[in-house]
Amino acid sequence: MKFLDEYRDAGLAEQFARELHRVTTRPWKIMEVCGGQTHAIVKFGIDELLPKQIELIHGPGCPVCVTPLEMIDKALEIAARPNVVFTSFGDMLRVPGSSGTGILPVPGALRHERSCVSFADADRQDACPTMGSATDLLSVKANGGDVRIVYSPLDAVKLAEQNPAKEVVFFGVGFETTAPATAMAVYQAAQKKLGNFSMLISHVLVPSAIEALMSSPNCRVQGFLAAGHVCTVMGFEEYFPLAAKYRVPIVVTGFEPLDILQGVLMTVRQLESGRAEVENQYSRSVCREGNRPAQELIKKIFKVVPRKWRGIGEIPQSGLGLRAEFAAFDAEKKFGVAETRVEESSECMSGLVLQGQIKPHECPAFGVKCTPEHPLGAPMVSGEGACAAYYRYRRQPVKI
Amino acid sequence: MKTPDFTASCPIPISQYPHVVLAHGGGGKLMHQLIGKMFLEAFRNPLLETKHDAAVMELTGNKIAFTTDSYVVRPLFFPGGDIGSMAVHGTVNDLAMAGARPLYLSSAFIIEEGLPMETLWRVVCSMRDAAKKCGVQIVTGDTKVVDKGKGDGVFINTAGVGIVEHEQKIAPQNVRAGDVVLVNGDVGRHGMAIMAVREGLEFESQIESDSAPVHEAVLDLLKAGIEIHCMRDLTRGGLTSALNEISEAADLTMLVEEKLIPVREDVHAACEMLGLDPFQVACEGRFAAFIPERDAGRTLEILRARPNGADACVIGRASGESPAKVLLKSAIGVQRILDMASGEQLPRIC
Repeated sequence: MKFLDEYRDAGLAEQFARELHRVTTRPWKIMEVCGGQTHAIVKFGIDELLPKQIELIHGPGCPVCVTPLEMIDKALEIAARPNVVFTSFGDMLRVPGSSGTGILPVPGALRHERSCVSFADADRQDACPTMGSATDLLSVKANGGDVRIVYSPLDAVKLAEQNPAKEVVFFGVGFETTAPATAMAVYQAAQKKLGNFSMLISHVLVPSAIEALMSSPNCRVQGFLAAGHVCTVMGFEEYFPLAAKYRVPIVVTGFEPLDILQGVLMTVRQLESGRAEVENQYSRSVCREGNRPAQELIKKIFKVVPRKWRGIGEIPQSGLGLRAEFAAFDAEKKFGVAETRVEESSECMSGLVLQGQIKPHECPAFGVKCTPEHPLGAPMVSGEGACAAYYRYRRQPVKI
Repeated sequence: MKTPDFTASCPIPISQYPHVVLAHGGGGKLMHQLIGKMFLEAFRNPLLETKHDAAVMELTGNKIAFTTDSYVVRPLFFPGGDIGSMAVHGTVNDLAMAGARPLYLSSAFIIEEGLPMETLWRVVCSMRDAAKKCGVQIVTGDTKVVDKGKGDGVFINTAGVGIVEHEQKIAPQNVRAGDVVLVNGDVGRHGMAIMAVREGLEFESQIESDSAPVHEAVLDLLKAGIEIHCMRDLTRGGLTSALNEISEAADLTMLVEEKLIPVREDVHAACEMLGLDPFQVACEGRFAAFIPERDAGRTLEILRARPNGADACVIGRASGESPAKVLLKSAIGVQRILDMASGEQLPRIC
């Protein structure tokens, strides 16, 4: 395929790998921020071409993975209500809420109905062998909730127009990449004066996550591959202060095998020569100032707010929330869903995985208690989650 | 001039019944009219015309193949096919995978109340034409109508009977280490054709389903004396599920190469956009064959001579490497596991 196969050329990949072997003299730890890059690295086996001294650490850039459990619970609660059409990007549909992971909300917190009928008695000989207890948006749909996959938030706006008697809610998650489309949906809904459209928003921002990771005393990261698509929207000016403050090279990198290999090579060259600069590998998509109209739209609709990141905790100035003038489109307010506090499963170490402290397969639950079919934590759910990528492409097969 | 009682296209008087009503499945006159004027008319053959509870057939030889499949697809009509032709091709292909010559099909309709009669007629005509093309007869059937909202237009179940005229053992357990793995053409087209229509995705060219019968290709292989160890059609779960199923049943490792697996450019582009893996997307006219290496050349020659078979090729081989798994050599030359999808593939966020 044009513009794709060129970036998956085995011969060129080998040349990059050879050059990396030539220039690398010491061990380096480099974090790829974006889940799309993690997926490509594991899918194509890019890390296996790298010199042994280079360790790739998988960052927190998977929007599904960092969306806090409390937010998933809120989504499940709203989606289960009558008269609601709940719309979402596809990969949020299988993320279990707190009751599906065996985690119970802390006392006083909101509870939603368990999705499975409880006629199966585990002790009974003829208990249904395939019945689980997953509670996710797919289960809400199976129980009669109107949950729909959309490819664009603007499709949700259309649905609201077509169904004036229903409340249409869009689950607005993602990084700066999806924020312009979410902002445009709110903007259009406001223009059209749609009273039946709202959004459950959990947008997050990359630079503040990098800042949080770098300021952690356990941080092992020496260089970053910044997410190409985030920078397509935002440009890369905001990374200069980070590179200077923490003395880390940051290379804006694309998603194809050759992009990633070149991004790693540029980072290693900086590290080996003691530089800490912001460079742009993904110049076919990213320019320094980014997409100004998209940025302006984001600023018009959203303000920067603190957000909780699953596995990391609350990071100041790390998310986007609706400005006061668009508060009518805030689903949390509209549906009055209560604030909850949920404890993560003690068996799931996804927090450490998301911070790059351990590799997915180093978690004792990996592939045993935690599989894509029965995920304990979000990185096992999304195709871009580090755990799911490792499970899918790396594990030794287990007979079912 | 006498006004015809029936419209030219649909044999049921549209003026009276423009839509299917519950009574069309109620066992009374309306149902008999529907069966007589629509199904019997379209599928006409001596066995069906006995109107017996069961079709009684004489089969030569002593080995028969028997299979069943249900068809639930939305939209009912899609580029390159529809639920009617699919219901014939799918069951014919299941029989073909056992190396059988498909002969007879049953056809059970579960119709949602309110389905336009014209739509049902189009589906029935498509089944008639597909059956004729495949050389099979629809010899028995059933009609049920369910309440509005309890179906998706129409669901069709077809069962099929075929005769096995060869002495080969075609089964997953018969695959041997060293066998080559072939496909009879590009993969992932059917699923993406449906997805493109369903989601209103527009591309420069329309992606057409690969829905087609493959039994003639298989019978050609058998006639040419090709030793077929196993075949599997690449329906739900696509190539990935087929390879994993055979690997597990045969207890052999399958090693395939990404670069060798044919995927059409528009299908590839649509998959990239939606974050789907074309190797996990369903086909309706494709199969993988597991064949001794010495027969690979002749097999390809035969498969490529068939309509839509130009892209038939070897994509990898079976090996005794333990434990059994499916390995894919990626575009940049690194091996990784090719695992089945957990459930439905879900389009990702960005």
